[in-house]
Amino acid sequence: MKRRIAILALSALVALGGGSALLAQTQSGLRGTTPLDQEGPAARMTPTRNTTEREVRNYPEQPPLIPHSIDGYQVDLNGNKCLSCHARARTGESQAPMISITHFMDRDGQFLASVSPRRFFCTQCHVPQHEV
Amino acid sequence: MTASESAPAARGGVLSFARDLWDTLRRPSSVFALGVLVLGGFVAGVVFWGAFNTALEVTNTEKFCTSCHEMRENVFEELKTTIHFSNRSGVRATCPDCHVPHNWTDKIARKMQASKEVWGKIFGTIDTREKFLEHRLELALHEWARMKANDSLECRNCHSAESMDITKQSPRAADTHQRLLFTGQKTCIDCHKGIAHKLPDMRNVPGWQ
Repeated sequence: MKRRIAILALSALVALGGGSALLAQTQSGLRGTTPLDQEGPAARMTPTRNTTEREVRNYPEQPPLIPHSIDGYQVDLNGNKCLSCHARARTGESQAPMISITHFMDRDGQFLASVSPRRFFCTQCHVPQHEV
Repeated sequence: MTASESAPAARGGVLSFARDLWDTLRRPSSVFALGVLVLGGFVAGVVFWGAFNTALEVTNTEKFCTSCHEMRENVFEELKTTIHFSNRSGVRATCPDCHVPHNWTDKIARKMQASKEVWGKIFGTIDTREKFLEHRLELALHEWARMKANDSLECRNCHSAESMDITKQSPRAADTHQRLLFTGQKTCIDCHKGIAHKLPDMRNVPGWQ
């Protein structure tokens, strides 16, 4: 009997602990500690990290992060502001890293003379970071 | 009396009027004193000059530029999203700050060029969005050529290289300005295209893809 009570108490403790852990997890989410039926204060907008220093990749295939601000950069059918520095022919003057040669490859693995259309829109994969 | 008979008479009338006017103008005045004439000329000069300059300045405002839908609905809309319209300190550039030289002689030269734009307005060269987009490259090329030729004078009215504190710039900007701007290899517009309006098709523009 004593043993059964001990087991019950233990399992109740575990259940409680798990519950509070779950609660803590919910609270650490994006909405913070604001109750579900209320709207919390909006987070402040933070400036772009603008160091120009390469960020460590979190896994080998991660598209390199953009270590500078790209406010107002136009990337569309008319032009690509990123490529005005990062294109092969522009890197001498800009001293920016050249886009990877994989970006010249089409989906069949054939190398093209210039950037493959499927790689043209830089911010589909490469993003700047904000100071948080 | 037929039309062919009246025409020489009319021409004679105009000619004789012009001759009379010329005779009056070249003869010394017998009614007004020299002082009155000189002072009157001076006052009239001030009035006309003032009026001319005021009219010139009226055409040199953003309100005047955006009174035409061509400017209001295309380039002005685009300017609104850029840092030259809204920024942390609230200092902003209006159309003439960048598009009209501040120096008087250059300003008059630009204003005379702008008579071509009046022609364009009258004949509706860019009176639809489609026509504007069609002409965007040509219009942009004119502005780039002008800024390249005068060493980005209009940029430098506010952004002086001498007053630039590169320690306050991002490392990337500081390095590039030191290498290319301060050495005079490049001028502002060489790198800063499309900062106030959207870019045209950049395929054959040097430095672009």
